[in-house]
Amino acid sequence: MSVPLEHDYIGLSDASRSSDSSSNITSVTETQPNSVLNFKATELSLGLPGFSKNGGPTIMLGAKRGFADVNLDGSGKWALKGGSEAQLGGFEKSQTLTPDVKPAEDKKKGSGSAPPSAKAQVVGWPPIRSFRKNTMAANSSKNADVTEGNLASGGCLFVKVSMDGAPYLRKIDLKIYHNYTELSKALEKMFSCFTLGNGVKGREGLSESNLKDLLHGSECVLTYEDKDGDWMLVGDVPWEMFIDSCKRLRIMKGSEAIGLAPRSMEKCKNKI
Amino acid sequence: MDPTPSSLPEDFLKRTFSLLTSDTDHNSVSLVCKHWYTAERLTRRHVSIRNCYSVSPEILTARFPAIRSVTLKGKPRFSDFNLVPDDWGADVQPWLNAFATAYPCLEEVRLKRMVVSDESLEFLALNFDEFKCLSLLSCEGFSTLGLEAIATYCKNLTELDIQENGIDDLGGDWLSYFPENLTSLEVLNFSTLTSEVSFDALESLVSRCKSLRVLKVNRKVNLEQLKRLLVLAPQLTELGMGSFMEELVSSSVNGLEEAFSKCGNLVTLSGFWDATLLHLPAVYPVCGNLTFLNLSYANIGPDELEQILARSKRLVRLWVVDTVGDKGLEAVGSHCPLLEELRVFPVDPFDQKLGVTDSGLVAVSKGCPKLHYILYFCQRMTNAAVITVAENCPNFTHFRLCIMNPREPDYLTNEPMDEAFGAIVKTCTKLQRLSVSGLLTDLAFEYIGKYAKNLETLSVAFAGSSNLGMEYVMRGCPKLKRVEIRDCPFGDSALLSGLTQYESMRSLWMSDCNVTMDGCKKLAEEMSRLNVEVIKDEGDDDQVASKVYVYQTVAGPRKDAPPFVVTL
Repeated sequence: MSVPLEHDYIGLSDASRSSDSSSNITSVTETQPNSVLNFKATELSLGLPGFSKNGGPTIMLGAKRGFADVNLDGSGKWALKGGSEAQLGGFEKSQTLTPDVKPAEDKKKGSGSAPPSAKAQVVGWPPIRSFRKNTMAANSSKNADVTEGNLASGGCLFVKVSMDGAPYLRKIDLKIYHNYTELSKALEKMFSCFTLGNGVKGREGLSESNLKDLLHGSECVLTYEDKDGDWMLVGDVPWEMFIDSCKRLRIMKGSEAIGLAPRSMEKCKNKI
Repeated sequence: MDPTPSSLPEDFLKRTFSLLTSDTDHNSVSLVCKHWYTAERLTRRHVSIRNCYSVSPEILTARFPAIRSVTLKGKPRFSDFNLVPDDWGADVQPWLNAFATAYPCLEEVRLKRMVVSDESLEFLALNFDEFKCLSLLSCEGFSTLGLEAIATYCKNLTELDIQENGIDDLGGDWLSYFPENLTSLEVLNFSTLTSEVSFDALESLVSRCKSLRVLKVNRKVNLEQLKRLLVLAPQLTELGMGSFMEELVSSSVNGLEEAFSKCGNLVTLSGFWDATLLHLPAVYPVCGNLTFLNLSYANIGPDELEQILARSKRLVRLWVVDTVGDKGLEAVGSHCPLLEELRVFPVDPFDQKLGVTDSGLVAVSKGCPKLHYILYFCQRMTNAAVITVAENCPNFTHFRLCIMNPREPDYLTNEPMDEAFGAIVKTCTKLQRLSVSGLLTDLAFEYIGKYAKNLETLSVAFAGSSNLGMEYVMRGCPKLKRVEIRDCPFGDSALLSGLTQYESMRSLWMSDCNVTMDGCKKLAEEMSRLNVEVIKDEGDDDQVASKVYVYQTVAGPRKDAPPFVVTL
C-alpha cells in the first residue's frame, strides 16, 4: 500500500521501513496524518523560524513511530500532549528539547492543549519508584559532565546543534550518519540557511577537504566543540575521529569562523 | 494397625511442624487432614499475607494463635507508580490492634505498600515488649517522628530497615534516640532517608552493637565517616555506603582502602552515591568476595564499571544504571560468569541520549549463562536480540523488559515485538515472572498463553490488539497469581475470560482498558468469593470502569473502602 512520505526533522526517509504490515502498522499509516496533525496542533513550538513545517507527510523512523502508535489504541484513552513528548523519546520532535526544559516536570504540568478524548498524561510510566525518579532527577543536573563523557559508549551519540540567531537547540544522533555528506544533508534540512548543496551537485560524495572548501563559500559555517573544549571546523578530520571527539555542533556566521581554520589545521596535525 | 496421619499424637506433630521453615510447607501440611490442620495452626510462627484485604485481622488471629512474625503487603503494585489514589486504604493500624491482643509476643513486622502513621509506629513500639524487627518498604504515611518512637521504646531491637518509603523526613534526630544501653542491633538500613543523622550517635551505635551485620547509611555520610564506621564494624556482611563526593584525596580517605581490607565478611555492597574513579578503588579489597553489587545509584560509566567487575568474579547479583552503556554490559559479560541477576535502571527515563540497547543485553546473555533474573530498561530493542538472549539463557525465571517508549516496535524491522516474548516463553519453561513492553499484538499473548505454563506474575502495558490477547493468557496460564494490566484494549469479555482463574489468583489489576461497570458487575455476580472493586476517577463516565482491582478474599467486601472505591 502507498505510504505517505514525510521528511522528519533530520530529513531522512526511512529506507529500512519494512513493507509488510501487521494490522497495527497498517492502521498507523491510516491514522497517521490525523495523529501527526493533532500533535502539531498541540506541541510546544520548537521549530526554527523559517523552518518549514511542511504540510508534507511524514515517515517515521522505526524508533520514532511511538507517538503515532499512541493514538492507535482504539479506545483513544490516552495520548500524549506536547509537554510529555519527551518521554516518548522516540518521537522526532522530542529530540529538539532545549536544555533547560525538564521533561519530568513537563509531564506533571497540565497544559491545556491535550487532545480532548485523551487522558492528560501518561502517569506512572516508565515504571520506576518515586525515590529513584527523584534521586535521578537531582543527580542528572549535577552529573551532566560525567554523563556527557559517556555518550560515545552508548548506542546513540546525541549532540546538541545550535545555530546563531536561532532561539532553540536541536539534538541529533551522530551515529546515524556515516560521513560528512549525510550529516550535512541532515543539517541542511534542519537549518535552511545552510547552503551546502550548492556546487556539490554531480560529485560522488564529499571528502573532508571538499567540505572545508565549500564551507568557506557559504554564509553559514559548521563548527564543533571537541573533547578539549576547542571549537573546530567540521570537515577537518576523518569522520571517525570527528564523531569520537565531537561534543556539540554550532552553526556560526561565516565571518566568525574565519579565525578557526588555521588553528584547527594545526591541532589536527598535532593529533596525527 | 499402621499409623495413619490422623492418628499421630498432637505433640509429635506440633514439634515436627515447628521445625518447618517454609510457608509453603506449612500450607501443604495443614491440608492433609483436620488433625494436622489443628496441630499446624498451633505451631505456625510466621505468616505472610500478600494482600492485606484477602483476610481480616480477626480471621488471622483466630486461626493462628502463636504468630511471632508477620509480613503484610497492601496496595496493588501499580501504586508505586502513582496509579492508585491517595487514601485508598491498606492501613496497618487495624492489624496492630488485633495483634496487640492476640500476639503480645510479636517480634517481627515487615510491611510493603502499607499506610503506616507515626501513631501506628508508636503503638507498635509501646505494645510489644519482645519487638525486634521492623521493615518498611514502599510504605507511606509516617515521618521520622515515628522512627524516634521505635528507637526509644524497642529495647530488644535487632532490625530497622527503612527503604524507599513516602516518609516525611523531618530531620536526622531519630537516630539519636537509641538508648545507650541498646546493643542488640543487627540490621540498620536508612539509606533512602535524606536528612543527615548525628554522626556521633551513629558511631556510638555501631561501636556498641557488636552483632551488627548489615549497615546501610544514607547519602549524607561521607567517606571519612564511612571509614570510621568500618573500623568499628569489620564484621559487616552487607554495607550500604554514603557519598563518594570528595574532591581532595586526603590521607584519611586513603585509610578507607585499608579499612575495607579488614572487612573479610562483606558480600553485599551498595550506595556508591556520586562515585567516581577517584575514590572507587577504596572498595577493591572487598570486590573479590562480593556476591551482590548494587550500583543503581551510581552514575558511572563503562570504564569505572569494568574496573570493579574485573575484581568481582564471584558476583551473582548486579544492579547498575544505564550510564554504563552497552560497553559496560560487555564488561559484565566478560567478567561475571556466575551472574544470575542483572538489573539495569535508566538514569533519566525521559532523555533518549543515554542508555543501553539490544547489543548490551545480548552481550550479557553470552557471557552469563546462569542468568535467570533480568530487569532491563532501554529505549529500543529488537526481536532478534531477545531471541538470541533466550537461546543463551534458557533458565529465565524473571524476565522484565521495559522498552521505555510505549508501543515501540523492533527498531530494525519495524515489526511488533511479539517474536521476542514468544521466544522467551517458548524457551524458558521455568518462567515465573514476565513484564512485557514495546509494540505487541495479540500474537504475543497467544504465545504466552500457549507456552508460559509456570507463569505466576504478568505485567502488561500499552499492548495487545483486542480482547483475544488477554483471553489467551487467562485461559492458557494455569499458575497465574498476579496480573497487572494498564492501557490495553481489553474489555469486558477479556475480564470475564478469567472467571475460572481469579479465585486461585492473588489479584488482577486493570486500569485504563476498555472495561465497563456492567462487565465488573457481571464478574461480581458470578464469583462470590471475589472482591471486584472499581476505583472511580473524577470525570469518569458512569459506565466506565477505569481502574479495576479484583482479588480473592475470605473477608468479604472491604469495610474501610473510601467513597471512590466501589465494591460490586
